Amino acid sequence: MQTVSTGLKPDVHLTNSRIISLHVNGVPRIADVAPWVSLLDALRDHLDLTGTKKGCDHGQCGACTVLCDGKRILSCLTLAVMKEGAEITTIEGIAQDDVLHPLQKAFIENDAFQCGYCTPGQICSAIGMLSEGKANSRAEVKELMSGNLCRCGANTNIIDAIMEVKNARL
Amino acid sequence: MNNFNYTRAGNIQEAMSLVSQNSDAGFLAGGTNMVDLLKYNLVHPELLVDINHIPEHRGILETEDGGVQLGAFATNAETAYHPLIETRYPLLSRAILAGASAQIRNMATNGGNLLQRTRCYYFYDPNTPCNKRKPGSGCSAIGGYNRIMAILGASEDCIAVFPSDMCVALSALDAVVRIDGVDGTRSLPFAEFHRLPGNNPERDNNLQPGEIITSIDLPEKGFEKNYSYLKLRDRSSYAFALVSVATGLDLEGDVIKEARIALGGVAHKPWRIKDAEDFLAGKSPSAENFAAAAKIILNGAVGYGHNNFKIDLAKRAVVRNCLMALNPESQQPGAHPSI
Repeated sequence: MQTVSTGLKPDVHLTNSRIISLHVNGVPRIADVAPWVSLLDALRDHLDLTGTKKGCDHGQCGACTVLCDGKRILSCLTLAVMKEGAEITTIEGIAQDDVLHPLQKAFIENDAFQCGYCTPGQICSAIGMLSEGKANSRAEVKELMSGNLCRCGANTNIIDAIMEVKNARL
Repeated sequence: MNNFNYTRAGNIQEAMSLVSQNSDAGFLAGGTNMVDLLKYNLVHPELLVDINHIPEHRGILETEDGGVQLGAFATNAETAYHPLIETRYPLLSRAILAGASAQIRNMATNGGNLLQRTRCYYFYDPNTPCNKRKPGSGCSAIGGYNRIMAILGASEDCIAVFPSDMCVALSALDAVVRIDGVDGTRSLPFAEFHRLPGNNPERDNNLQPGEIITSIDLPEKGFEKNYSYLKLRDRSSYAFALVSVATGLDLEGDVIKEARIALGGVAHKPWRIKDAEDFLAGKSPSAENFAAAAKIILNGAVGYGHNNFKIDLAKRAVVRNCLMALNPESQQPGAHPSI
């Protein structure tokens, strides 16, 4: 396995910590984590991928949403050790080189964020929602995006941005 | 969160053996409730046995008796969107999709849904008495802030409610819970799986230590023609129910042959009253008859102050949901049900 960054931070080395391998944004990574380390903390603190945000840390806000094997999940309620061997996609991994993902572009064009803290989770969640293919109307998009809260209240523009990408794909 | 050990089980026997050998061990499935309980320091396992990689009990399968078996390790999303569930048990599909968020439904398992803990504020606050968290310490919700608490089946020790939506539909559908233990397998009718608080509110259900849910079996009858799930809550999506109602009606012309009505958000378990369902059998599906049934269901309901409103709300929700069940095509999924 080619390892780009070890991500090892054994500063607090508990006897039951372990080295796990994850594929993050297409790159094999390893991290030395204790069982209680969340996937969110592993991404941010061990792999230096701070694009994924910690909001409530209790599964109530959706800021930590990432894609795991293509499905949107909450990284705060997932232990990193549970995802040994899994494919994880974060906001850092969705653009193609310098070309933004259509949702990133649509968020900018629709002014779909103010402070931007919920945005990585919103975009990862929207990618997951579009690939699920269950939303057929604006009302259904709103319902299926309800797990991502926006404290700034940019929700209307967020739904506009998602609808733009959804309609362009039809 | 406490430090703990973690291991993956390759099969059910290994998982049960590991957990039954250690009284401080627990199972870890989707993690959506367990990891949160760990963060609140409400559970302190020495060992968590990850059961997510066990290959069995993941499918949604037709059974020989004409029903459908829900694998305990299938996710809530896989279940809600499965063609067998969407077509034959749309009441269950709607109830699952009314709960949590899309992300959580992608993670949470069917077995875990049955085992989730209450969201009573005091249960999560270690600085307050709570008989469910610390038996004998008292109930802070009685005399405290109790807007979300129970109005039926509560005890002087606990007025918490069971928060699942999925289980309200499973209750209405007369599901059966299949359980594996080191001593063999057993089944529990859904009504006997969860418990009322009584004097032992620390026990949510009748699963024994080391036992594991392997499947939830649905009988053939799915009420796919006339069904509705109504969830009333403080915001229009991604919130627990104040009151929810699952209704399945079997109609013959303008007569109710069989009615199923289960309530969520009102008790320590999904609430079903057979007398109300029997009352409706043979009657016309009218608002008057549904109101009379609602009165039977809410018989003995008690409010604790902030949640007094739930009694009238539940009665009206039963009538509204039974009327909605007459015309399922008019219903909107998710946050905007029709009237």
